[in-house]
Amino acid sequence: MHELSIAHSLVTTATDALDAERASGSDPLGRVKAVHLRLGRLAGVVRDALEFCYDLVTEDTLLAGSQLVIHDIDVVVFCNACQAERTLPGIQRFRCPECDKPTGDIRHGRELELEYIELE
Amino acid sequence: MHPRILEVRRNLLKKNDELARDLRGRFLSDGLFVVNLVSGPGTGKTALLRRTLGELLNRGYRPIALVGDLATDNDARRLAESGAPVRQITTDGVCHLEADMVARHLAEWSPGPADFLFIENVGNLVCPASYDLGESLRVVLLSVTDGEDKPLKYPKLFNTADVAIVTKADLAEACEFDRAAAEANIHDVRPGMQIFSTSAKTGVGFDAWLAFLIDQRTACGLPVRDERPFVSQP
Repeated sequence: MHELSIAHSLVTTATDALDAERASGSDPLGRVKAVHLRLGRLAGVVRDALEFCYDLVTEDTLLAGSQLVIHDIDVVVFCNACQAERTLPGIQRFRCPECDKPTGDIRHGRELELEYIELE
Repeated sequence: MHPRILEVRRNLLKKNDELARDLRGRFLSDGLFVVNLVSGPGTGKTALLRRTLGELLNRGYRPIALVGDLATDNDARRLAESGAPVRQITTDGVCHLEADMVARHLAEWSPGPADFLFIENVGNLVCPASYDLGESLRVVLLSVTDGEDKPLKYPKLFNTADVAIVTKADLAEACEFDRAAAEANIHDVRPGMQIFSTSAKTGVGFDAWLAFLIDQRTACGLPVRDERPFVSQP
């Protein structure tokens, strides 16, 4: 259960980005409406647990009352035999879904990235 | 004020990853080859490590170890029996080690010159997978008592490791352990990963494992040591 520490890091990362934006002299920032996270299926983070923590860790921060929007990212590998990127149906079998050759060349699916913040 | 989007595009583990990268550079320039041992509780990390430390001492190397645990220093005491310097990291309930815990403990510790640092992670099949500790080699353990399908249940842990060790090989027959099935499962989640089979009790498989460790250390450009027993300072 490391989702609580991931959620803390989400708050810190978002707060830093908001502070930097404010310091850059941009227009006054509105309330944070939503935080968008790209979450790879191989990130090792349980979606439900992260959502469960979110309200708790955002309390009394700039993100209080905002919504966490998680975009799941499938695992995409490069198949050397096909010379193509392939999306895997799960994370239990690292084989090309077309030709069945094993491949560990992961191109997507490890993301744990704060993508953007939606402001009102 | 008007509705807008603030692009961030930042990895949430960036702080840990950057610190780990710095640590890795520092370790290698200090001649230290760092190994991170990950597995569920009870897989035999401590037993494997105790024997590994002893065998490396016998071969003239100077291994040291950090051991992470939720509570108690039982593992550190068991490891210290090998004769190698050992330090406990008690995480007080945190389920994994992070790079800053490693950095903090090393800053407070003077174990003397060393060429291998083993970090025994907290017994956990999920969380340690996400945290780079600055290691050059990540080793995942699977014991014959675990069941052959552990890699499929916890693919991320196996996928992020560099090498796997099947432990407690002396119990394989009693557990009706299907080695071929276990290896196929490991290779399904991590194609081509090298797999060792060891018993910390009988010593089976340790020659191959130690030769591999020493080779890996040399492959990082670190100097080879004479193979003679290390005599500790009086």
